Amino acid sequence: MERKTVKQELHQEMRKVYGSTLVELAKKDANIVVLDADLMVANGTGVFYEEFPNRAFEIGAAEANMMGIAAGLSTLGKIPFASTFACFASRRVFDQFFLSCNYARLNVKLTGTDPGITAASNGGTHMAFEDLALMRVIPDITIVEPSDNVSLAALLPQIAYREGCAYIRIDRRSTQVLYAGDESVTLGKIHVVKEGDDLTIIACGIVLVPEAIRAAELLQREGISAAVLDMHTIKPVDIETILQYAAKTGMIVTCENHQIIGGLGSAVAEVLSEKLPTPLKRIGVDGEFGQVGSVEYLKNAYGMNAESICAACKEALKRIR
Amino acid sequence: MQEKDIMALTEKAREIRIATIDAIGRSGGGHIGGSMSIVEVLVILYYRYLRIDPKDPRRRDRDRMVLSKGHAGPTLYAILSDVGFFPKDWLHTLNEGGTRLPSHCDMNKTPGIDMSTGSLGQGLSAAVGMALGLRTDGIDSVVYSIIGDGECHEGQIWEAAMAAAHFKLHNLVAFVDYNKMALDGYIDEVMNVEDLTSKWVAFGWYTQRVDGHDFNQLEGAIDKALKEPLRPSMIVMDTVKGKGCFFAEGKITSHKMPFSYRDAEEAIAQLSRKGGK
Repeated sequence: MERKTVKQELHQEMRKVYGSTLVELAKKDANIVVLDADLMVANGTGVFYEEFPNRAFEIGAAEANMMGIAAGLSTLGKIPFASTFACFASRRVFDQFFLSCNYARLNVKLTGTDPGITAASNGGTHMAFEDLALMRVIPDITIVEPSDNVSLAALLPQIAYREGCAYIRIDRRSTQVLYAGDESVTLGKIHVVKEGDDLTIIACGIVLVPEAIRAAELLQREGISAAVLDMHTIKPVDIETILQYAAKTGMIVTCENHQIIGGLGSAVAEVLSEKLPTPLKRIGVDGEFGQVGSVEYLKNAYGMNAESICAACKEALKRIR
Repeated sequence: MQEKDIMALTEKAREIRIATIDAIGRSGGGHIGGSMSIVEVLVILYYRYLRIDPKDPRRRDRDRMVLSKGHAGPTLYAILSDVGFFPKDWLHTLNEGGTRLPSHCDMNKTPGIDMSTGSLGQGLSAAVGMALGLRTDGIDSVVYSIIGDGECHEGQIWEAAMAAAHFKLHNLVAFVDYNKMALDGYIDEVMNVEDLTSKWVAFGWYTQRVDGHDFNQLEGAIDKALKEPLRPSMIVMDTVKGKGCFFAEGKITSHKMPFSYRDAEEAIAQLSRKGGK
């Protein structure tokens, strides 16, 4: 009976899991506070305002100010979770997040929702394909992109209590559950989804981890054994696991809902090129801006689907065979 | 305020100017103009109002100072060392490699600095966050913040202004250092901020305007601000950029100017001759 309840909760929209997980954290810790920039309804934090009206701050559509206020709260030992769309969290408030929060060595957790193609009908203006690149250059920051509700719920408490600023990249509407019953998702540690011998697909996020899993199934039908890794923590990079699978399979393919410059693919490339040069193919957006469309349409438009990943893997294998 | 108190503060302001000019002079120059224009307000706050404990710089129930115009750090450093947060000889290391006193305020390097500032427009938002958090925790501390007049060009200042009034942060007392000069020229030519007083009134702040070099006026305004029960307070201070430093006072080039230590010595000598009056 109880297990059923858990299951139902898990299949909620990601934003609901985000809001309710923060509420659970806040019940145990009076320092957890929430800030929004007129996207409380969109980002699922409304439940926090109901539970803790004195610890939830609606700042209005003033994201820069929200970051400064979060910084000020953090100086008092609060652990602020500030949420807005990924495009605003990165492009719009980079200097405020960089200086008032990170440079000041404070403890602000910034959540960017609707990253990349999940911005869908909000289109090119709202479609952040560069947020990971911007965030990754900030010293000591933690960056995560969970691929399902289980990993989001598992990672949020770990992020809350890892000292320092963090950037959390999540979808709002996905109800995806990939890891039901698996409580092993650990911040900073790649989650091995599937073992394989011929190549390794490293993916992140709700769009590309399931496509990578499906691509591995397609490859299997053709006798190619692909390992699939969920690199939910973009920073700090799990160097050890990347090198382990590079050594084991001799070929890496990265998949991200982001420009192939500066994000997951770059992070993996940096590790490989310095430590264990290994053939690499990066899948993601290659120098294009965003546009409107359904997630399905956009997956095809940017080659973020299993078929494209499968084809890229076969092409990449040809290079080394 | 009694005459002897004014004399004591005036003497303290003279000492702080000397220490600030000396520190900036040793480093070959710096943000002298905006450092000189806020000497009186920082002196009256640190020697008459702020509840602080130099032995416990992070004490939870202390009053906070967010110097949003972070480039005026040297004046604050002169005061912090004078009240005992760190040794005075640190002032001689201003801007040297490895120093704990960088040009712009850094809360992780300098004891007594409550917020890292330097990118204009950001400090006031942090002050709003502090005031909100203190109220949430039931701590009756006051958050003071000083912003520049040129800083009022930044949109974030007005975001913070709106939020402070919205949240009824009566525990926030801010000042504009209205020295009428930005880096590129006179404020009204670079980008006019007038009617500055009316703008803060319109944003819902309890707003006063004073001569920022007059201790009596500053005291009157701060006392009234601290009694305001519902609104954040803004005290618009008419000031003179470079005040008290002969080669910088009233000079449009004084925002960040190089100067020799000989100039510094001459400025210090002039200020020293004024002492004891």
